[in-house]
Amino acid sequence: MPKQGEFYQRDRERHPPALDRDYKTSVARSPKYSLISLENTASEITGPVFGHNDIAPTDNDLLTNYAQAGQAPVGERIIVHGRVLDENARPVPNTLVEIWQANASGKYRHKKDNYLGAMDPNFGGCGRTLTDENGYYYFRTVKPGAYPWRNWVNNWRPAHIHISVFGTGFAQRLITQLYFEGDPLIEKCPIVKTIPDPDAIQQLIAVLDMNASIPLDTLAYKFDIVLRGRRSTLFENRLEGN
Amino acid sequence: MRQKLEYLKETPSQTAGPFVHIGLAPGAAGFDIYEQELGTDIAGPNATGERIRIEGLVIDGIGSPVKDVMLEAWQANAAGIYAHPEHPGEVEEGFRGWGRVITDFDSGEWGFDTVKPGPVMGRNGQMMAPHINLWIVARGINVGLNTRLYFSDEDVANATDPVINLIEWERRRKTLIAQRVERDGAIIYRFDIRLQGDDETVFFDI
Repeated sequence: MPKQGEFYQRDRERHPPALDRDYKTSVARSPKYSLISLENTASEITGPVFGHNDIAPTDNDLLTNYAQAGQAPVGERIIVHGRVLDENARPVPNTLVEIWQANASGKYRHKKDNYLGAMDPNFGGCGRTLTDENGYYYFRTVKPGAYPWRNWVNNWRPAHIHISVFGTGFAQRLITQLYFEGDPLIEKCPIVKTIPDPDAIQQLIAVLDMNASIPLDTLAYKFDIVLRGRRSTLFENRLEGN
Repeated sequence: MRQKLEYLKETPSQTAGPFVHIGLAPGAAGFDIYEQELGTDIAGPNATGERIRIEGLVIDGIGSPVKDVMLEAWQANAAGIYAHPEHPGEVEEGFRGWGRVITDFDSGEWGFDTVKPGPVMGRNGQMMAPHINLWIVARGINVGLNTRLYFSDEDVANATDPVINLIEWERRRKTLIAQRVERDGAIIYRFDIRLQGDDETVFFDI
Protein backbone atom coordinates (compact mmCIF):
# COMPACT_ATOMS: atom_id res chain seq x y z
CA MET A 1 0.00 0.00 0.00
CA PRO A 2 1.42 3.41 -0.89
CA LYS A 3 2.33 5.80 1.90
CA GLN A 4 -0.75 7.52 3.26
CA GLY A 5 -1.08 11.23 2.69
CA GLU A 6 -3.51 13.85 3.84
CA PHE A 7 -7.16 13.30 4.68
CA TYR A 8 -9.88 13.87 2.16
CA GLN A 9 -11.40 17.24 2.79
CA ARG A 10 -14.41 17.19 5.05
CA ASP A 11 -17.67 17.48 3.12
CA ARG A 12 -19.17 20.34 5.10
CA GLU A 13 -22.49 19.98 3.25
CA ARG A 14 -22.91 16.61 4.90
CA HIS A 15 -22.37 18.06 8.37
CA PRO A 16 -24.59 20.57 10.14
CA PRO A 17 -23.74 24.24 9.69
CA ALA A 18 -22.52 25.98 12.86
CA LEU A 19 -25.61 28.18 12.99
CA ASP A 20 -29.11 26.75 12.95
CA ARG A 21 -31.67 29.03 14.57
CA ASP A 22 -34.03 26.13 15.32
CA TYR A 23 -31.34 24.74 17.64
CA LYS A 24 -31.30 27.81 19.81
CA THR A 25 -28.05 27.31 21.69
CA SER A 26 -26.17 27.42 18.40
CA VAL A 27 -27.12 31.06 17.87
CA ALA A 28 -24.62 32.48 20.37
CA ARG A 29 -22.12 29.63 20.03
CA SER A 30 -21.49 29.63 16.29
CA PRO A 31 -18.60 31.50 14.71
CA LYS A 32 -19.67 34.44 12.56
CA TYR A 33 -16.64 34.25 10.28
CA SER A 34 -15.83 31.43 7.90
CA LEU A 35 -13.50 28.63 8.90
CA ILE A 36 -10.00 29.01 7.47
CA SER A 37 -9.17 25.97 5.40
CA LEU A 38 -5.89 24.32 6.19
CA GLU A 39 -3.94 21.78 4.19
CA ASN A 40 -2.85 18.94 6.43
CA THR A 41 0.47 18.95 8.25
CA ALA A 42 1.83 16.52 10.82
CA SER A 43 -0.36 18.34 13.38
CA GLU A 44 -3.54 17.17 11.67
CA ILE A 45 -2.42 13.79 10.34
CA THR A 46 -1.23 12.49 13.69
CA GLY A 47 -3.42 11.94 16.73
CA PRO A 48 -3.42 10.20 20.08
CA VAL A 49 -2.84 6.46 20.29
CA PHE A 50 -4.65 4.36 22.88
CA GLY A 51 -4.02 0.84 24.04
CA HIS A 52 -5.54 -1.85 26.19
CA ASN A 53 -3.69 -0.49 29.21
CA ASP A 54 -5.81 2.65 29.05
CA ILE A 55 -9.18 1.03 29.62
CA ALA A 56 -10.62 -1.93 31.47
CA PRO A 57 -11.96 -4.87 29.43
CA THR A 58 -15.39 -4.42 31.07
CA ASP A 59 -15.68 -0.71 30.22
CA ASN A 60 -17.87 -1.55 27.22
CA ASP A 61 -20.55 -3.25 29.31
CA LEU A 62 -22.99 -0.65 30.63
CA LEU A 63 -25.21 -3.42 32.00
CA THR A 64 -22.56 -4.19 34.60
CA ASN A 65 -20.06 -1.31 34.81
CA TYR A 66 -22.10 0.60 37.38
CA ALA A 67 -24.49 -2.08 38.69
CA GLN A 68 -24.21 -3.31 42.23
CA ALA A 69 -23.29 -6.95 42.57
CA GLY A 70 -26.14 -9.21 41.51
CA GLN A 71 -28.25 -6.33 40.20
CA ALA A 72 -28.92 -4.92 36.75
CA PRO A 73 -30.21 -1.68 35.29
CA VAL A 74 -33.87 -1.37 34.34
CA GLY A 75 -34.65 -1.16 30.63
CA GLU A 76 -34.46 -2.83 27.28
CA ARG A 77 -31.23 -4.83 27.11
CA ILE A 78 -29.44 -4.15 23.82
CA ILE A 79 -26.14 -4.72 22.05
CA VAL A 80 -24.87 -1.83 19.95
CA HIS A 81 -22.25 -2.99 17.52
CA GLY A 82 -20.67 -2.14 14.20
CA ARG A 83 -17.46 -1.21 12.48
CA VAL A 84 -15.40 1.93 12.27
CA LEU A 85 -14.37 2.41 8.65
CA ASP A 86 -12.82 5.21 6.65
CA GLU A 87 -14.21 6.70 3.45
CA ASN A 88 -12.14 4.17 1.50
CA ALA A 89 -14.05 1.43 3.37
CA ARG A 90 -10.90 0.37 5.16
CA PRO A 91 -11.38 -0.71 8.79
CA VAL A 92 -9.96 1.59 11.46
CA PRO A 93 -8.41 -0.80 14.01
CA ASN A 94 -7.46 -0.10 17.64
CA THR A 95 -9.29 3.19 17.79
CA LEU A 96 -11.05 4.47 20.88
CA VAL A 97 -14.85 4.57 20.79
CA GLU A 98 -16.58 6.19 23.77
CA ILE A 99 -20.31 6.46 24.42
CA TRP A 100 -22.61 8.14 26.90
CA GLN A 101 -26.35 8.11 27.28
CA ALA A 102 -29.39 8.59 29.51
CA ASN A 103 -30.99 5.66 31.30
CA ALA A 104 -34.27 4.00 30.27
CA SER A 105 -36.21 6.94 31.77
CA GLY A 106 -34.30 9.52 29.74
CA LYS A 107 -32.40 10.69 32.84
CA TYR A 108 -28.65 11.33 32.85
CA ARG A 109 -26.39 10.69 35.80
CA HIS A 110 -25.28 14.31 35.77
CA LYS A 111 -25.84 16.95 38.41
CA LYS A 112 -27.11 19.40 35.79
CA ASP A 113 -29.92 17.07 34.72
CA ASN A 114 -33.05 18.02 36.68
CA TYR A 115 -35.57 16.00 34.66
CA LEU A 116 -38.29 14.21 36.65
CA GLY A 117 -37.40 10.85 35.15
CA ALA A 118 -36.12 8.38 37.72
CA MET A 119 -32.43 7.77 38.28
CA ASP A 120 -31.38 4.14 38.04
CA PRO A 121 -29.02 3.15 40.87
CA ASN A 122 -27.55 0.40 38.70
CA PHE A 123 -26.86 2.44 35.59
CA GLY A 124 -23.98 4.87 35.02
CA GLY A 125 -24.43 5.60 31.33
CA CYS A 126 -20.95 5.68 29.89
CA GLY A 127 -18.71 3.15 28.21
CA ARG A 128 -15.62 2.88 26.04
CA THR A 129 -13.82 0.31 23.95
CA LEU A 130 -11.11 -0.12 21.33
CA THR A 131 -11.98 -1.43 17.89
CA ASP A 132 -10.40 -4.77 17.03
CA GLU A 133 -8.12 -5.44 14.06
CA ASN A 134 -11.17 -5.38 11.75
CA GLY A 135 -12.45 -2.08 13.08
CA TYR A 136 -15.22 -3.88 14.97
CA TYR A 137 -16.65 -2.65 18.28
CA TYR A 138 -19.56 -3.54 20.53
CA PHE A 139 -21.26 -2.35 23.71
CA ARG A 140 -23.95 -3.82 25.95
CA THR A 141 -26.35 -1.32 27.41
CA VAL A 142 -30.01 -0.46 27.90
CA LYS A 143 -31.93 1.44 25.27
CA PRO A 144 -32.07 5.07 26.43
CA GLY A 145 -35.38 6.85 26.86
CA ALA A 146 -36.45 10.05 25.11
CA TYR A 147 -36.29 13.19 27.21
CA PRO A 148 -37.53 16.77 27.10
CA TRP A 149 -35.25 19.77 26.73
CA ARG A 150 -35.67 23.50 26.75
CA ASN A 151 -35.56 24.64 23.17
CA TRP A 152 -39.10 25.10 22.02
CA VAL A 153 -41.34 24.50 24.99
CA ASN A 154 -42.29 20.98 23.95
CA ASN A 155 -39.11 19.60 22.37
CA TRP A 156 -38.15 15.99 23.07
CA ARG A 157 -34.91 14.38 22.04
CA PRO A 158 -35.32 11.02 20.30
CA ALA A 159 -33.67 8.12 22.10
CA HIS A 160 -29.98 8.50 21.33
CA ILE A 161 -26.50 7.45 22.35
CA HIS A 162 -23.66 9.97 22.08
CA ILE A 163 -20.58 8.56 20.37
CA SER A 164 -17.03 9.87 20.28
CA VAL A 165 -14.40 8.41 17.91
CA PHE A 166 -10.74 9.23 17.29
CA GLY A 167 -9.37 7.48 14.21
CA THR A 168 -5.65 7.80 13.56
CA GLY A 169 -5.35 11.55 13.00
CA PHE A 170 -6.64 14.56 14.90
CA ALA A 171 -8.42 15.63 11.69
CA GLN A 172 -10.71 12.60 12.02
CA ARG A 173 -11.92 13.51 15.51
CA LEU A 174 -15.67 13.14 15.58
CA ILE A 175 -18.56 13.29 18.01
CA THR A 176 -22.00 12.28 16.85
CA GLN A 177 -25.26 10.74 18.04
CA LEU A 178 -26.80 7.37 17.25
CA TYR A 179 -30.59 7.19 16.84
CA PHE A 180 -32.80 4.10 16.69
CA GLU A 181 -34.68 2.80 13.67
CA GLY A 182 -38.37 3.66 13.66
CA ASP A 183 -38.29 6.37 16.36
CA PRO A 184 -40.99 8.93 15.39
CA LEU A 185 -39.17 11.69 17.32
CA ILE A 186 -36.22 11.65 14.90
CA GLU A 187 -37.97 13.69 12.23
CA LYS A 188 -39.17 16.26 14.79
CA CYS A 189 -35.86 16.95 16.46
CA PRO A 190 -34.18 20.32 15.82
CA ILE A 191 -30.75 18.84 16.62
CA VAL A 192 -31.20 16.02 14.10
CA LYS A 193 -32.45 18.57 11.58
CA THR A 194 -29.34 20.72 11.89
CA ILE A 195 -28.14 18.21 9.27
CA PRO A 196 -29.53 19.55 6.00
CA ASP A 197 -29.10 16.38 3.92
CA PRO A 198 -31.82 13.74 4.57
CA ASP A 199 -29.47 11.01 3.37
CA ALA A 200 -26.89 12.09 5.93
CA ILE A 201 -29.52 11.88 8.69
CA GLN A 202 -30.20 8.27 7.68
CA GLN A 203 -26.55 7.49 8.37
CA LEU A 204 -27.14 8.24 12.08
CA ILE A 205 -29.95 5.69 12.46
CA ALA A 206 -28.92 2.34 13.91
CA VAL A 207 -30.85 -0.60 12.50
CA LEU A 208 -32.38 -3.49 14.38
CA ASP A 209 -30.11 -6.48 13.85
CA MET A 210 -31.92 -9.70 14.68
CA ASN A 211 -28.93 -11.76 13.54
CA ALA A 212 -26.79 -10.30 16.30
CA SER A 213 -29.50 -10.51 18.94
CA ILE A 214 -29.17 -13.12 21.65
CA PRO A 215 -32.39 -15.12 22.02
CA LEU A 216 -34.10 -14.72 25.41
CA ASP A 217 -31.43 -12.19 26.43
CA THR A 218 -30.56 -9.09 24.36
CA LEU A 219 -31.71 -7.32 21.19
CA ALA A 220 -29.07 -5.83 18.90
CA TYR A 221 -28.67 -2.69 16.81
CA LYS A 222 -26.00 -2.22 14.17
CA PHE A 223 -24.26 1.12 13.71
CA ASP A 224 -21.26 1.61 11.43
CA ILE A 225 -19.18 4.75 11.77
CA VAL A 226 -17.30 6.29 8.85
CA LEU A 227 -14.30 8.54 9.44
CA ARG A 228 -12.47 10.63 6.88
CA GLY A 229 -10.37 8.66 4.41
CA ARG A 230 -6.83 9.43 3.31
CA ARG A 231 -5.23 9.87 -0.03
CA SER A 232 -2.25 7.85 -1.02
CA THR A 233 0.75 9.94 -1.90
CA LEU A 234 0.98 8.29 -5.31
CA PHE A 235 0.55 11.41 -7.40
CA GLU A 236 1.35 14.16 -5.01
CA ASN A 237 3.74 14.21 -2.14
CA ARG A 238 4.18 17.67 -0.75
CA LEU A 239 4.20 16.71 2.89
CA GLU A 240 7.96 16.97 2.91
CA GLY A 241 9.57 16.78 6.27
CA ASN A 242 6.62 14.90 7.68
CA MET B 1 -24.55 3.92 -17.44
CA ARG B 2 -21.63 5.84 -16.04
CA GLN B 3 -19.60 4.42 -13.18
CA LYS B 4 -20.24 5.21 -9.56
CA LEU B 5 -17.77 6.55 -7.03
CA GLU B 6 -17.64 3.94 -4.32
CA TYR B 7 -16.35 6.07 -1.47
CA LEU B 8 -18.23 5.91 1.80
CA LYS B 9 -19.44 9.18 3.31
CA GLU B 10 -18.18 10.49 6.61
CA THR B 11 -20.63 10.05 9.48
CA PRO B 12 -22.23 13.46 10.12
CA SER B 13 -21.38 15.30 13.30
CA GLN B 14 -23.84 16.15 16.06
CA THR B 15 -23.41 18.36 19.08
CA ALA B 16 -21.83 16.78 22.16
CA GLY B 17 -24.76 18.17 24.15
CA PRO B 18 -24.87 19.39 27.74
CA PHE B 19 -23.80 16.12 29.39
CA VAL B 20 -20.61 15.40 27.46
CA HIS B 21 -18.74 15.27 30.79
CA ILE B 22 -20.37 12.08 32.02
CA GLY B 23 -19.17 10.28 28.93
CA LEU B 24 -15.73 11.71 28.30
CA ALA B 25 -14.55 13.18 31.60
CA PRO B 26 -16.69 11.52 34.27
CA GLY B 27 -14.09 11.84 37.01
CA ALA B 28 -13.66 15.56 36.41
CA ALA B 29 -17.45 15.92 36.59
CA GLY B 30 -17.55 14.16 39.96
CA PHE B 31 -18.80 10.83 38.63
CA ASP B 32 -16.63 7.93 39.73
CA ILE B 33 -16.99 5.06 37.28
CA TYR B 34 -13.66 4.32 35.55
CA GLU B 35 -10.48 3.19 37.23
CA GLN B 36 -8.50 5.40 34.91
CA GLU B 37 -9.61 8.69 33.38
CA LEU B 38 -8.10 9.46 30.00
CA GLY B 39 -6.49 12.74 29.05
CA THR B 40 -5.57 14.09 32.47
CA ASP B 41 -1.80 13.92 31.93
CA ILE B 42 -0.61 15.27 28.60
CA ALA B 43 3.16 15.22 28.95
CA GLY B 44 3.88 12.63 31.63
CA PRO B 45 6.60 12.83 34.28
CA ASN B 46 9.58 12.24 31.99
CA ALA B 47 8.94 14.95 29.44
CA THR B 48 11.76 17.40 28.94
CA GLY B 49 11.21 21.06 28.24
CA GLU B 50 9.56 23.95 29.97
CA ARG B 51 6.63 23.05 32.23
CA ILE B 52 3.74 25.38 31.49
CA ARG B 53 0.10 25.83 32.32
CA ILE B 54 -2.57 26.90 29.83
CA GLU B 55 -5.63 28.70 31.18
CA GLY B 56 -8.62 30.35 29.62
CA LEU B 57 -12.30 30.80 29.09
CA VAL B 58 -14.52 29.97 26.17
CA ILE B 59 -16.75 32.99 25.59
CA ASP B 60 -19.97 33.03 23.58
CA GLY B 61 -21.40 35.70 21.28
CA ILE B 62 -23.00 37.51 24.22
CA GLY B 63 -19.68 37.76 26.06
CA SER B 64 -20.60 35.12 28.64
CA PRO B 65 -18.31 32.27 29.62
CA VAL B 66 -19.46 28.91 28.30
CA LYS B 67 -19.61 26.57 31.27
CA ASP B 68 -20.26 23.21 29.64
CA VAL B 69 -17.36 22.94 27.21
CA MET B 70 -14.95 20.09 26.71
CA LEU B 71 -11.58 20.82 25.11
CA GLU B 72 -8.98 18.46 23.77
CA ALA B 73 -5.35 19.34 23.18
CA TRP B 74 -2.94 17.66 20.77
CA GLN B 75 0.69 18.69 20.77
CA ALA B 76 4.25 17.64 20.02
CA ASN B 77 6.90 17.28 22.72
CA ALA B 78 9.64 19.84 23.37
CA ALA B 79 11.61 18.42 20.43
CA GLY B 80 8.69 18.88 18.06
CA ILE B 81 7.82 15.16 17.85
CA TYR B 82 4.26 13.85 17.99
CA ALA B 83 3.62 10.62 19.90
CA HIS B 84 2.39 8.85 16.79
CA PRO B 85 3.88 6.03 14.70
CA GLU B 86 3.86 8.11 11.52
CA HIS B 87 5.90 10.95 12.97
CA PRO B 88 9.65 10.25 12.83
CA GLY B 89 11.44 10.39 16.16
CA GLU B 90 10.88 9.23 19.70
CA VAL B 91 9.01 10.86 22.53
CA GLU B 92 9.71 10.44 26.23
CA GLU B 93 8.19 7.44 27.99
CA GLY B 94 4.71 8.45 29.13
CA PHE B 95 4.43 11.43 26.77
CA ARG B 96 1.06 11.11 25.01
CA GLY B 97 0.66 14.68 23.80
CA TRP B 98 -3.10 14.52 24.14
CA GLY B 99 -5.28 15.89 26.89
CA ARG B 100 -8.87 16.54 27.72
CA VAL B 101 -10.31 19.16 30.07
CA ILE B 102 -13.71 20.47 31.01
CA THR B 103 -14.67 23.91 32.22
CA ASP B 104 -15.53 24.69 35.81
CA PHE B 105 -19.33 24.50 36.00
CA ASP B 106 -19.51 27.79 37.96
CA SER B 107 -16.83 30.00 36.45
CA GLY B 108 -16.21 28.50 33.02
CA GLU B 109 -12.42 28.52 33.63
CA TRP B 110 -10.41 25.66 32.18
CA GLY B 111 -6.74 24.82 32.26
CA PHE B 112 -4.16 22.13 31.75
CA ASP B 113 -0.56 21.46 32.67
CA THR B 114 1.88 20.37 30.00
CA VAL B 115 5.25 21.15 28.47
CA LYS B 116 5.79 23.78 25.83
CA PRO B 117 5.94 22.06 22.44
CA GLY B 118 8.84 22.53 20.06
CA PRO B 119 8.49 23.67 16.45
CA VAL B 120 7.17 21.04 14.03
CA MET B 121 8.06 20.71 10.37
CA GLY B 122 5.17 21.78 8.20
CA ARG B 123 4.46 21.41 4.51
CA ASN B 124 7.06 22.00 1.84
CA GLY B 125 9.87 22.11 4.37
CA GLN B 126 8.49 25.16 6.16
CA MET B 127 8.89 25.07 9.92
CA MET B 128 5.78 25.77 11.99
CA ALA B 129 6.04 27.83 15.16
CA PRO B 130 5.37 25.97 18.44
CA HIS B 131 1.65 25.43 18.81
CA ILE B 132 -0.98 23.29 20.49
CA ASN B 133 -3.93 22.03 18.45
CA LEU B 134 -7.25 22.44 20.24
CA TRP B 135 -10.65 20.91 19.59
CA ILE B 136 -13.73 22.37 21.27
CA VAL B 137 -17.11 20.70 21.71
CA ALA B 138 -20.19 21.73 23.69
CA ARG B 139 -23.92 22.07 23.62
CA GLY B 140 -24.79 24.41 20.74
CA ILE B 141 -21.64 23.51 18.76
CA ASN B 142 -22.73 21.24 15.92
CA VAL B 143 -19.29 20.28 14.65
CA GLY B 144 -16.24 20.38 16.93
CA LEU B 145 -14.21 23.56 16.41
CA ASN B 146 -10.51 23.30 15.60
CA THR B 147 -8.08 26.04 16.48
CA ARG B 148 -4.40 26.44 17.30
CA LEU B 149 -2.77 28.03 20.31
CA TYR B 150 0.54 29.83 19.66
CA PHE B 151 2.80 31.46 22.26
CA SER B 152 3.34 35.19 22.85
CA ASP B 153 7.07 34.74 23.51
CA GLU B 154 7.65 33.18 20.09
CA ASP B 155 7.31 36.34 18.02
CA VAL B 156 10.07 35.45 15.60
CA ALA B 157 8.76 31.95 14.87
CA ASN B 158 5.15 33.15 14.77
CA ALA B 159 6.05 35.78 12.17
CA THR B 160 7.03 33.09 9.66
CA ASP B 161 4.54 30.41 10.67
CA PRO B 162 2.86 29.17 7.48
CA VAL B 163 -0.53 28.68 9.14
CA ILE B 164 -0.66 32.07 10.86
CA ASN B 165 0.35 33.62 7.56
CA LEU B 166 -2.55 31.94 5.78
CA ILE B 167 -4.87 34.24 7.70
CA GLU B 168 -5.39 37.11 5.32
CA TRP B 169 -6.85 39.38 8.01
CA GLU B 170 -3.76 40.25 10.00
CA ARG B 171 -5.87 41.63 12.83
CA ARG B 172 -7.34 38.18 13.45
CA ARG B 173 -3.95 36.49 13.87
CA LYS B 174 -3.60 37.72 17.44
CA THR B 175 -6.62 35.65 18.48
CA LEU B 176 -4.37 32.58 18.25
CA ILE B 177 -1.62 33.90 20.52
CA ALA B 178 -1.69 32.86 24.17
CA GLN B 179 -0.25 35.51 26.50
CA ARG B 180 2.60 34.50 28.79
CA VAL B 181 2.52 35.57 32.42
CA GLU B 182 4.43 34.35 35.46
CA ARG B 183 2.58 33.65 38.68
CA ASP B 184 4.25 32.34 41.84
CA GLY B 185 7.11 31.04 39.74
CA ALA B 186 4.80 29.14 37.37
CA ILE B 187 4.57 29.93 33.69
CA ILE B 188 1.01 30.51 32.60
CA TYR B 189 -0.29 31.15 29.11
CA ARG B 190 -3.69 32.79 29.00
CA PHE B 191 -5.83 31.75 26.03
CA ASP B 192 -9.42 32.95 25.89
CA ILE B 193 -11.45 31.55 23.02
CA ARG B 194 -14.21 33.75 21.59
CA LEU B 195 -16.75 31.73 19.66
CA GLN B 196 -18.41 34.67 17.97
CA GLY B 197 -18.09 38.41 17.48
CA ASP B 198 -15.56 41.03 16.55
CA ASP B 199 -12.63 39.39 18.33
CA GLU B 200 -13.75 35.93 17.30
CA THR B 201 -11.01 33.29 17.53
CA VAL B 202 -9.86 31.92 14.20
CA PHE B 203 -11.22 28.41 13.64
CA PHE B 204 -9.87 26.08 11.02
CA ASP B 205 -11.33 23.55 8.63
CA ILE B 206 -8.55 20.99 8.90
